[in-house]
Amino acid sequence: MNGLIGKKIGMTSIFDAEGRNVACTVVEAGPCVVTQVKTEDSDGYNALQVGYGDAKVKNTSKPMMGHFDKAKTAPKKKVMEFRDFDAVEKQLGDLVKLDDLFVEGELVTAVGTSKGKGFQGVVKRYGFKGVNDATHGQHNRQRAPGSIGAASYPAKVFKGMRMGGRTGGKRITVQNLEVVKIFAEKNLILVKGAIPGHKGSMVILQK
Amino acid sequence: MDAINFVHEQMTKEITYPDFRAGDNVAVSYKIVEGNKERIQIFRGDCIQIKGENSTKTFTVRKMSSGVGVERIFPFASPNIVEIKILKRGKVRRARLYYLRDLVGKKARIKERKFIKKV
Repeated sequence: MNGLIGKKIGMTSIFDAEGRNVACTVVEAGPCVVTQVKTEDSDGYNALQVGYGDAKVKNTSKPMMGHFDKAKTAPKKKVMEFRDFDAVEKQLGDLVKLDDLFVEGELVTAVGTSKGKGFQGVVKRYGFKGVNDATHGQHNRQRAPGSIGAASYPAKVFKGMRMGGRTGGKRITVQNLEVVKIFAEKNLILVKGAIPGHKGSMVILQK
Repeated sequence: MDAINFVHEQMTKEITYPDFRAGDNVAVSYKIVEGNKERIQIFRGDCIQIKGENSTKTFTVRKMSSGVGVERIFPFASPNIVEIKILKRGKVRRARLYYLRDLVGKKARIKERKFIKKV
């Protein structure tokens, strides 16, 4: 899988050739530095490990510093590997850039961490309908989940029953997002639709 | 934000329309595609707000159509806008004329701005 690490910049809308207003997400993707090249011989599988975003030296552990020194690069915030990276041939310390991987018009997959919503009820968390009625005996249960199971048999609540709880802040993958435009010199890519996460959060674009 | 502005600069063509504000009576010529036919519709009414910036800037035009208020939001960046004509300059004290929604008939008129500063 080929991919890049980036940062969500924000959203905007542009008009396409047919005059339709298209919502787009702006992502600053790459350049990523190759921090390790894994091969069948050395590691048992092929992969490319890349890093993105400068980290402070004081926040980087000594073993990681050594790892970055090997690639002759400054310490990076995020390091991850892409298995079977075959788009371009890269050596240790090389930069992987946007135009190495993506072209305008193709479909990409975006992975991000969704915005944390805290403890939420089932209406927000799972799209339950609630009661939809303020009268007819309802007093304070407009957003209640309703029944969570039968009584003496099975005499328990089944595992995985959807209830309130921590919502968002999870790793979310969105597939088939169209690449609208690439500004290679600024490392910016315009992707159709929304990408999970806050502005400034890490995003992985892959295809 | 810089990056978004950069995208706006690159993606939007520089189109200049006459400078109008909320309260002005405008006629917007808008391209409409029906099947494979294209025609131009003119939407005439009072501009009740201008909001947003750069390529997401929009303006809202309100008109009375057979006794019913109709509002339409146009993006400035829309390629379908052929022309914007200013028919009358209005004298208003607000940037957003939402109060017009509650008024009908003679009350919903906007006083004309007679003295216009030369640019």
